[in-house]
Amino acid sequence: MIEMTYLRYEVLRTWRNRRFLLFSLAFPLVLFLAVAGPHKGVIEDGVSLPLYWMTGMIAWGSMVAVISSGARIAAERAVGWTRQLRVTPLPTWSYFSAKIFCGYMMALLSMIVLFAAGSLIGVRLDVTQWLVMIGLLLVGLVPFAVMGIMFGHLLKLDSLGPAIGGVTSLFALLGGAYGPLVTSGFLFDVVKCLPSYWLVQAGKTALVGGGWPLEAWVVVAAWSLVLSVLAVRVYQRDTKRI
Amino acid sequence: MTDAPRGETSHDTIVASGLTKSFGVVRAVRGINLKLARSSTVALLGPNGAGKTTTIDMLIGLTQPDAGTVSLFGRSPRDAVKAGMIGAMTQTGQLIEYLSVRELVTMMAAIYPAPLDVEEALRISGAEDFAERQTRKLSGGETQRVRFAIALVADAELLVLDEPTVALDVEGRRDFWSAMRAFAARGKTVIFATHYLEEADAYADRIVLMSHGRIVADGAPTEIKATVGGRIIRATLPDVDLTSLQALRGVTTVDRKGDAVTLNCSDSDATLRDLLTAFPQVRDIEVRGAGLEEAFLELTLDPDEAAP
Repeated sequence: MIEMTYLRYEVLRTWRNRRFLLFSLAFPLVLFLAVAGPHKGVIEDGVSLPLYWMTGMIAWGSMVAVISSGARIAAERAVGWTRQLRVTPLPTWSYFSAKIFCGYMMALLSMIVLFAAGSLIGVRLDVTQWLVMIGLLLVGLVPFAVMGIMFGHLLKLDSLGPAIGGVTSLFALLGGAYGPLVTSGFLFDVVKCLPSYWLVQAGKTALVGGGWPLEAWVVVAAWSLVLSVLAVRVYQRDTKRI
Repeated sequence: MTDAPRGETSHDTIVASGLTKSFGVVRAVRGINLKLARSSTVALLGPNGAGKTTTIDMLIGLTQPDAGTVSLFGRSPRDAVKAGMIGAMTQTGQLIEYLSVRELVTMMAAIYPAPLDVEEALRISGAEDFAERQTRKLSGGETQRVRFAIALVADAELLVLDEPTVALDVEGRRDFWSAMRAFAARGKTVIFATHYLEEADAYADRIVLMSHGRIVADGAPTEIKATVGGRIIRATLPDVDLTSLQALRGVTTVDRKGDAVTLNCSDSDATLRDLLTAFPQVRDIEVRGAGLEEAFLELTLDPDEAAP
């Protein structure tokens, strides 16, 4: 159970961080309009380019949102704030939950903004399809939220920006957020093992119906599990020393 | 409520026994035994590197001791922290951004079971004048006040302050300590670390003196001052028997270098009177306060400590 007042101020802090808004909302939106605005054709299997790019940009923006939110722990660690929190009754889990909550809040915002932009330039989905898409995106973000918490305990403050930028761009690129990278062969099999690929596929999945195939669930669950184990180890190593 | 371990009464806030902690080859704390009575204000006094911070960190569960036990109100430090029984101000630390001072203190108050009123905490700590300001726009002294407000807002039974006045100027220090006094007057137990004898003397009812990871003296401020706050008389006095100097009132130790003698005194006034009466030929008399560093040095130079 998270203390509501505590959570409210964490949300307020996230909202006041303009850089955060810029990277998780503005950049993907601008890129989406620049690419999908003039190109309205079909990109693959009946999926229009605007729908594909909308999902891709949501995947990218929301990945940045949830990773950055957890990674902000690094900033709070650097100024000794987490140490201060450890002499308060706030459970570690609540501290992490608040960070994850804020990340998801920004991710949802990123979805809403891009959905609106998508609708404007002709992406048409019915209510069920929108909901399926949101649901899949939320689940697909779990490994990245955990990755954020891990970064928060692993990285120094000055390497945080490049690390988040690099990792999210790489996952976005390989996952096909900027257009399908490969569609067959060995490399395609590798790409399908990335959680970001399935984030990008959420749009197509919603359009076709029927949800993710089993392998998508396995990939997302496996990444979540492995990253959680790593995050716990990094956290323990980090707090033992203080 | 948990049952208190044997040998401990409900009168005690902190009971620590046999605490040791090493960091690699550095033996930071080498066996600390400490009992703190409820509603007392205790100073942990010692020079830098004495092991004060490590001791405090072990008391509040931030550091796991290599050996020894700590009990706070009959619980483990982690449990006492979880129950909101401790308000702490650790040695270093900045505040998180994107909140005003009032918002930050309100946020922290929310995680305690029975917090102090936020306005009250801001008032006592002296942070109310800049309560609307963003935390990143505060000076070092203002930041310390906010950190103090956060420790106060817990309204905990035990307040732990690790060198709280380091970033403050003289006036800020005075304000800080009177605020601490006001809070302690509510029947709270306070333990603070400092390397200023004057602070420990003025604001604690008990001083625990630490050096090289050990407690070297423990008692009321007057007793500790007699031990470490004495004066040194230096004078030129050729061909005098050291034992006759040692016999003067108020002398703790004597030393001679050529014609110069040095008397360490617990009561330099009495010593001076006796000295002038017994040795009228004494000249170049010089009386000065013994520095805390010298006193620490003396206290830690006993034989078993000198051996590595």
